[in-house]
Amino acid sequence: MVGSDDLNLNRRDLMVGAGACAAMPAMPGTAKAQPGPDGNPVEFQVSLTVNGKSHTRNVDTRTTLLDLLRENLHLTGTKKGCDHGQCGACTVIVDGRRINSCLTLAVMQEGSSVTTIEGLGQPDNLHPMQAAFIKHDGYQCGYCTPGQICSSVAMLEEIKAGIPSHVTADLLAPVQPTETEMRERMSGNICRCGAYSNIVEAITEVVERQG
Amino acid sequence: MKAFTYERVSSPAQAVAAVARNPGAKFIAGGTNLLDLMKLQIETPTHLVDINSLKLDGIEATPEGGLRIGALMRNTDLAADERIRRDYGVLSRALLAGASGQLRNRATTAGNLLQRTRCPYFYDTAHPCNKREPGSGCSALDGVSRQLGVVGVSEACIATNPSDMAVAMRALDATIETVDADGKTRAIPIAEFHRLPGDTPHVETVLDPGELITAVTLPPPVGGKQVYRKVRDRASYAFALVSVAAIVQPDGTGRVALGGVAHKPWRIEGADAELSRGAKAAAAALLADAKPTRDNAFKLPLVERTIATVLTEARA
Repeated sequence: MVGSDDLNLNRRDLMVGAGACAAMPAMPGTAKAQPGPDGNPVEFQVSLTVNGKSHTRNVDTRTTLLDLLRENLHLTGTKKGCDHGQCGACTVIVDGRRINSCLTLAVMQEGSSVTTIEGLGQPDNLHPMQAAFIKHDGYQCGYCTPGQICSSVAMLEEIKAGIPSHVTADLLAPVQPTETEMRERMSGNICRCGAYSNIVEAITEVVERQG
Repeated sequence: MKAFTYERVSSPAQAVAAVARNPGAKFIAGGTNLLDLMKLQIETPTHLVDINSLKLDGIEATPEGGLRIGALMRNTDLAADERIRRDYGVLSRALLAGASGQLRNRATTAGNLLQRTRCPYFYDTAHPCNKREPGSGCSALDGVSRQLGVVGVSEACIATNPSDMAVAMRALDATIETVDADGKTRAIPIAEFHRLPGDTPHVETVLDPGELITAVTLPPPVGGKQVYRKVRDRASYAFALVSVAAIVQPDGTGRVALGGVAHKPWRIEGADAELSRGAKAAAAALLADAKPTRDNAFKLPLVERTIATVLTEARA
């Protein structure tokens, strides 16, 4: 039988418990403080450049680049989808290459130069890829869109750099930005609304404009 | 994710010393597999040694006429290297068949060799798994095993090695170079690098604790028509049900290695000898000791048909 003391919650304990419950939805999936090797979370300093601006932060070592961008720098354009590198919603460009920001630690990006959707263009100064996505309706709910756009921009640079893909017929010939190539190269970005055909049209327009 | 301490190192000697100093430490390079598993608390290192500044990201010619690939070379850069594309096409093709553009930009050569299985029970901490918790049992034996191994399996584990790159490297007879905490180096033929599950499926390679991969070397080019064919549930960004890496010479002789069927890249030298007799003979030699489950018995005919397709392509 439960002793009466166990049931004697005072008002303060009750409010602390309720507060903890209420706070949980406000921080989905961010690194939670758990005892470190010595019983405490571990902080480490990292300096990096995001969209041309330098930042130095002390972060819990568990902080991913994605969480640093969203929770510390408040750049919430980059989205958290699966948090396991499977959906591509968190795609950003680091030192010219697109990566999943959920699968790298912030502290591993010391000295890196990061470009997020906010750095590609702004509402009154859109990147051509952003404008093309709007024109061709390359989204429905829009959640995957920042990742799709960052991925598209870096993907075209990969083609220009001559990096082959799974569908490149001849490994020794120059790579062409065909629809087949673009679809294969964008397979790391999932769109659950299924806006794929419009996304391809948007990217194709940017390719054609670039000549 | 469990809390951990972190440090950056700038030389292989510092890296192995840092891991030797810290029980529970792990190297981290690309991190695309390790961080995924740390989020699920399947991997719980107490200290991470960041080796990204080790300058092992180049590729150079060896005196023997082959290539020495730095352990930290990213999958994208390795697949795109002109010498790899020209002389080791099967490796380029295998890399490009794996993962997504974003992941290939981060994933490294050594990390790819060390990636853990994608068996769903390894990932599901609510189920027993001998690889995750030695001695707890294998949920896959009587579970959903469509994706899992058919050869070299044991009563303790039927997981597969998920790498595409390693299958091509097996066909190319690559060698893995390492250094340990005492500074001792060794060269491990890829045939001996990954272990079969046996009674200890949690021990996946012959690396000693704290041993660091520094490079992978390829022998001089062997020519031939080089093909990598991956069969999977969708056209891109999925793990193999079956994959075939083949190098076929004009006289019909060659080499063949399989992915998606075993705990390691699967190659039987006796099957190479059968290759000139056709897909049926080669598949029979490769799968002679197969023990499929009801769910994955389809992989046996699929291997033969995939080899047949590859031979047709190679001889075209």
